[in-house]
Amino acid sequence: MTPTAPPALPPDALAAVERALEAHRGRPGALLPILHAVQDALGYVPPDALPTIAHALNLSRADVHGVVTFYHDFRDAPPGRHVVKLCRAEACQAVGSDELVRDVCARFGTELGHTRADGAVTLEPVYCLGNCALGPSAMVDGELRGRVTASGLAAELPDVPAAPPGGAS
Amino acid sequence: MSAAPVRVFVPRDAAARSLGADAVARAVEAEAARRGTPVTVVRNGSRGMLWLEPLVEVETAAGRVGYGPVRAADVPGLLAQGMLTGGTHPLRIGRPEAHPFLARQQRLVFARCGVTDPLDLAAYEAHGGLAGLRAALGRSGAQVVEEVTTSGLRGRGGAGFPTGIKWKTVLDTPATQKYVVCNADEGDSGTFSDRMVMEGDPYLLLEGMAIAGVALGATVGWIYLRSEYPDAERVLTEAIARARAAGLLGPRVLGSDRAFDVELRRGAGAYVCGEETALLESLEGKRGIVRYRPPVPAVAGLWGKPTALNNVVTLASVPWILAHGGAAYRALGTGRSRGTLPFQLAGNVKHGGLVEAPFGLTLRQLIEDFGGGTRSGLPVKAVQVGGPLGAYLPEADLDVPLDYEALTTKDAILGHGGVVVFDETCDMAALARYAMEFCAIESCGKCTPCRIGSTRGVEVIDRIVAGTQRAKNVALLEDLCETLTHASLCALGGLTPLPVRSALKHFPEDFGLERAVAARPGAGRP
Ligand SMILES: Cc1cc2nc3c(=O)[nH]c(=O)nc-3n(C[C@H](O)[C@H](O)[C@H](O)COP(=O)(O)O)c2cc1C
Ligand code: SF4
Ligand code: FES
Repeated sequence: MTPTAPPALPPDALAAVERALEAHRGRPGALLPILHAVQDALGYVPPDALPTIAHALNLSRADVHGVVTFYHDFRDAPPGRHVVKLCRAEACQAVGSDELVRDVCARFGTELGHTRADGAVTLEPVYCLGNCALGPSAMVDGELRGRVTASGLAAELPDVPAAPPGGAS
Repeated sequence: MSAAPVRVFVPRDAAARSLGADAVARAVEAEAARRGTPVTVVRNGSRGMLWLEPLVEVETAAGRVGYGPVRAADVPGLLAQGMLTGGTHPLRIGRPEAHPFLARQQRLVFARCGVTDPLDLAAYEAHGGLAGLRAALGRSGAQVVEEVTTSGLRGRGGAGFPTGIKWKTVLDTPATQKYVVCNADEGDSGTFSDRMVMEGDPYLLLEGMAIAGVALGATVGWIYLRSEYPDAERVLTEAIARARAAGLLGPRVLGSDRAFDVELRRGAGAYVCGEETALLESLEGKRGIVRYRPPVPAVAGLWGKPTALNNVVTLASVPWILAHGGAAYRALGTGRSRGTLPFQLAGNVKHGGLVEAPFGLTLRQLIEDFGGGTRSGLPVKAVQVGGPLGAYLPEADLDVPLDYEALTTKDAILGHGGVVVFDETCDMAALARYAMEFCAIESCGKCTPCRIGSTRGVEVIDRIVAGTQRAKNVALLEDLCETLTHASLCALGGLTPLPVRSALKHFPEDFGLERAVAARPGAGRP
C-alpha cells in the first residue's frame, strides 16, 4: 500500500471506527478507549483502521501499531462465532486446567490463540479471571464460567460441531 | 392476599454467576409466581463463601437464612420445603453470619459485601456508608493524611508501601492539578478481593477515592480496571452514574465546596499494566512500558501531575479508618502489618473464598481451619502466596504467620494476599517453567534479562527436567535468577526468581534432581 492509498475498510467497519473516534477522540489518553470501542463493535481492530485512527489522534502509524500490538486483548482478525478464553494461571492449574486446555483443544479441533477454519470458535489463553476458588475458569462469549469441563463447554456451545477427525486448523 | 413480598437474595457477583446464579434468580421468581407467593429478588454481592455459590438467602422474621450451593434445578424442591420461610433442607446453612467461615472473620472492608444490593445507595448509607467521607469533609487535608498515617495502613496492591507517606507526598507537592488513580488491574492469579469490592460494594471504593480526592486536592480520579472483569465494569459504571446523580461525586461532593469526579478506564490484558508506572503510561494511551523512577508518581504521575495511586482494597480501607479512627485500625494486626487483610483462598482448596482477618493468622489456619484442606482430599504439597511472583512454600512452612515481614524471612512475599493451594499431584518443575514463561509473555520489554532471560529460563528448566547436563543447567538457572533479581527495573523480572527458586529449593525431585543437588550446584553430574 502506498502512503496515500485510502484505507481498504469495508463501509460498516469504517462506520464503526468513525463512531469510536467520534465518541472518544476528545478524551485524554483516547487511544485505548477508541481501540476498545472498535473491537467491541467489530470483534477485532482491522489493521486498515490504524491509519485513520492515527490521523485522527495526530499520532504516527507506528505509535498506534505499537500500542495495538503491545496489548494482548486486541485481535487483528475477526474472531470465530464464539470466543472461549481458558484460564492458564496457577490457581486454575492447581485444579487441572492444563488437562482442560488439552481436552478443549482436542474436542474443538484448534489451538489456543487460533480460530477454527470453519469460523465456529476462537480459543484464547487468559491469565486469571478472578474466579480462582472455582476453577478451572473460562470466559465464554464474555460470560465467566467456573468449574469448567470440556463436555460442559461443548454442551453450552451446541452450534460448534465436534472437531473433524484429525482436523486441527 | 396482601403479604409483603419475601426478599430473596441471589448474588450478582461474577463467581456466583459463573455457576449459574442468574438461572437461579430466574427460577426463584418463576417458581414463587407459580406458587402464588410474592417475592422480591435482590441481587446482592457475594459473602465470599465461594464453594457455597450460588448462595441464596431468604429474609425471615428470625433473620436471614442461607441455602447453598443452589442450582436452578434445586429451586422447586427448595420452595416446596418452605425455603421462603427458612424451612429445613439439605442445602440450608442457617444464618450466614453464624457460619464458622464468616463468624471467625473480622470484616472491616467487606462488612457490607453480600449483605446489601451493591447499587442501592440508601442501603449503603444505612449500613454505615459515607461516614468516612463526611468525617474527611470536616477536616483539613493534613488531618486526613495524619489519620491514615496513624492507622499504619500499607498498600494492599503488593508492595506494602505506607499509604500515609504516599499521600503526604502528594499533599505537599504543589501543583495546579492532582489526580487519584485506583489500580484495579488485579492481575495476580489467586486474587479476587478487588473484584469482590467493585462488584459487591462499589460505593465503598468511590468513597475511598473521594476521601483521597478531597484531602489531597485532587479533583479527578481514574479507575484502571482490567478487561477480564466485565461484571465489575458494569457495576462500577452504574455506581458512578448513581453517585453523580446523588451528589456523592461531582462539583460539590456531598454538598461541600469540594469537587471530585471519577472516570473508569478499561485495561487491555497486559499483566505489567498493574505496575504503577506502566499503568500510568497505559492511562495516557501508550504502551504499558515501565517508567524509570524517580520521580515517583506521588510527585509526577499521570501527565506529570502529582498522583495518589493506590490499590482498590487500600482505598476501600480508608472509609473505615476515617469513620472509626486510625488508632482503632492500628489496634488490629501484628508487627508492622496493621489492620486487616482480605486473604483470598484459591486453587485446590475445599472451601475457597475470601477471609478478611487481622494480619498474623498462619497459613495453616487459613488453609486448614477456613479452607478445610484440599478440594481433591489429597495432602497439600505446596502453597503459592502473593500471586505469580510469589514463592512456593512447602507444607513444612505453613505455620508462618501472614504478615509482610514474617513472609520475607521465608524468602516469600504476601503480595495482594492470594493463597493458592496445590495437592501432591502438582509438578513443581512445570510450575517453575510456567513462572518463566509468564514473565516472557508479560514482560514490557524494557530490560534484557526479563525480555530474553525468561525465555532462556524456560529452555534451561526443560533441559534440567530432560536430564541434559543437569548440574551445569542448574547453575545456569541460578545465574539467570541472580541476573533477573538484580538487573530488572520492576518486580515482574525482579521477583520471577521467587517462584522458580523456591520450587527448585523445596521440590528438587520434581526437576529430576536429588535433594542435595539443588542445594549444591556442581554436584550430582548425570
Ligand atoms: C508486574 C507488577 C504488577 C502489579 N500489579 C498490580 C495490580 O494488579 N494491582 C495493584 O494494586 N498493584 C499492582 N502492582 C503494584 C503497583 O505497582 C503499586 O505498588 C500499587 O498499585 C500501589 O498501590 P498501593 O500502595 O495501594 O498498594 C504490581 C506491580 C508489579 C511490579
Ligand atoms: S523487569 Fe520486565 S516488566 Fe519490569 S520493567 Fe523490566 S522488562 Fe519491563
Ligand atoms: S487463576 Fe484462573 S481464574 Fe484466577
